[in-house]
Amino acid sequence: MFQRFFTELRAARVPVSLKEYLVLVEALEKDAIAPNVEQFYYLSRATLVKDERHLDKFDRVFGHVFKGLDSAAEAVNAEIPAEWLRALTEKFLTDEEKAQIEALGGWDKLMETLKERLEEQKERHQGGNKWIGTGGTSPYGNSGYNPEGVRIGGEGGQRKAVKVWDKREYKNLDDSVELGVRNIKVALRRLRKFARTGAPDELDLDGTIKTSARQGYLDIVMRPERRNAVKVLLLLDIGGSMDSHIKLCEELFSAARTEFKSLEFFYFHNCLYESVWKDNRRRHDEKTMTWDLLHKYPSDYRIVFVGDATMSPYEITYPGGSVEHWNEEPGAIWLQRFADVYERMVWLNPTPRAHWDHTPSIQLVREIIGPDRMFSLTIEGLDGAMRELSR
Amino acid sequence: MRFEGTKDYVATEDLKVAVNAAITLERPLLVKGEPGTGKTMLAIEVAKSLGAPLIEWHVKSTTKAVQGLYEYDAVMRLRDSQLGDTRSSDIANYIKRGKLWEAFESDVRPVLLIDEVDKADIEFPNDLLQELDRMEFYVYELDRTIKAKVRPVILITSNNEKELPDAFLRRCFFHYIRFPDEETMRAIVESHYPGVKTRLVNEALKIFYDIRKVPGLKKKPSTSELLDWLKLLLTDDIDPETLKSRDPSKLIPPMHGALLKNEADVMLFERLAFLARREQRGGGS
Repeated sequence: MFQRFFTELRAARVPVSLKEYLVLVEALEKDAIAPNVEQFYYLSRATLVKDERHLDKFDRVFGHVFKGLDSAAEAVNAEIPAEWLRALTEKFLTDEEKAQIEALGGWDKLMETLKERLEEQKERHQGGNKWIGTGGTSPYGNSGYNPEGVRIGGEGGQRKAVKVWDKREYKNLDDSVELGVRNIKVALRRLRKFARTGAPDELDLDGTIKTSARQGYLDIVMRPERRNAVKVLLLLDIGGSMDSHIKLCEELFSAARTEFKSLEFFYFHNCLYESVWKDNRRRHDEKTMTWDLLHKYPSDYRIVFVGDATMSPYEITYPGGSVEHWNEEPGAIWLQRFADVYERMVWLNPTPRAHWDHTPSIQLVREIIGPDRMFSLTIEGLDGAMRELSR
Repeated sequence: MRFEGTKDYVATEDLKVAVNAAITLERPLLVKGEPGTGKTMLAIEVAKSLGAPLIEWHVKSTTKAVQGLYEYDAVMRLRDSQLGDTRSSDIANYIKRGKLWEAFESDVRPVLLIDEVDKADIEFPNDLLQELDRMEFYVYELDRTIKAKVRPVILITSNNEKELPDAFLRRCFFHYIRFPDEETMRAIVESHYPGVKTRLVNEALKIFYDIRKVPGLKKKPSTSELLDWLKLLLTDDIDPETLKSRDPSKLIPPMHGALLKNEADVMLFERLAFLARREQRGGGS
């Protein structure tokens, strides 16, 4: 009856199953609602959506299927504002540089190519000579060596952090991804440390037998239940160079959610600085001071960083090295502070291990947190990391 | 059996549809929403409007799924047998009925509230799948199957502290209580305090929604807090003018203790008030 609706919901990644669909049909058959569109909308929403995270997607699909409104996909695609690019870039280009741009086929051509590449490029790029990224020779990107490069973020001539042109609305990490996280969960399970705390509400059989034998009558001994006592603080790198790894992060995140009794998470960008945030959409107004983290979470917390640690070395070693804001103290000091306070700390890195030795920033981070504390974001690496944490 | 809202409870159209679908199809309804938006109240009002008995099962972090079915008090039986109590020969004396059993035994169709299901262990909802689906369970000790005489209306509330398993969700209807808009809120206030001074309510609502907009609040005030606050304002007979005055030195609303439940939030407000004061002084000079 509403098969198209059903399939489109599934296509939009609203997790509906056949069972829910049948319930909807059954409800209609039993006349649970008055026959009008509004009531049908409410009924199908109550039947098919089981989590408020999906309500928005559901609304769009519903509108699309039953009113022929615009496709949901359109709203998702990011727009690249060309004027914005131009205005910001023009600010720090000298006349000389502008002349060089002309040499490359003119401003518009350059911007057009840049725009095209931005849209084309899905993954973070490092090195090479075409894509936008860091350390390459393409005219687009930052910390590159092409004299006529259009600098996107990165170091400005006056040793002052230039804001990244693109204040992208990074999407909040969606913790609903359950795909293939089972093995991650199993690895994380290693972290469980059981301790008996709380009210005694479990029969201690051994204890009961022992004391009964001693006393000569039945003497019940109770003990508190075993609970997972592990507390974890998760710090996730979001945006920028981590975009390509976001899916892996999401999986880890969703696995972690259900695994520990106490789990706190915060986001940072590229390197840890004086503030972190919880809600990525409000990252510019709702910040948490890193000092507060250090004070709030006692040293028995286990710290897990997730990040590719791939950036320009300046971002770690120099004050003001951050690509997004002016940081008074270099990231290295902040990392060092964490390493000093927390005994159990690991860094999970999604970039392949083979690349680590060729990336100076990764080596820097490893020097600070300890060379054996960085693990690759694979099942094997995760296993090692959890072993390290539970020692 | 239809739920149309009561005079004490303003139900939005979508909520009514969800509740009625759950009643008609005899399936549990899972209700989520910000704390204080009336999730638990809903069950009480549904029971009231259907004229059905309400059975409440409040879930805590130590609650086990079987406790909702029955508990076998083996320790008591052992003690009794040591003391020579004849009751101990019959196991049925030591079976304590849980809330689900109570609901299944009821002759009239009851409303069963499973409150804050997310407080319990992760496996808790999974352990109730069969029972909620088939509305029956088996008691090993008595070798008996307890089957619902009439399938109860089951309402489950969750505060989103834990993810609920898919298999569990698939068996429920779901409704997310959205935070009410100003119009609905006015209707809610009216239903709680009929004939209340409109001007006071208008000013109070304005402040209330302003507070909710302040970024960084740990706990945003919700409907139940607003109602408490209004009650305080009414008993103290606060003049609407006091609320209206945008005097920065009084930026913190009177009786704010009812709205802000977290000392960090109060501090945040005091800081904002301080900033506003300084700004005004700076502008004046």
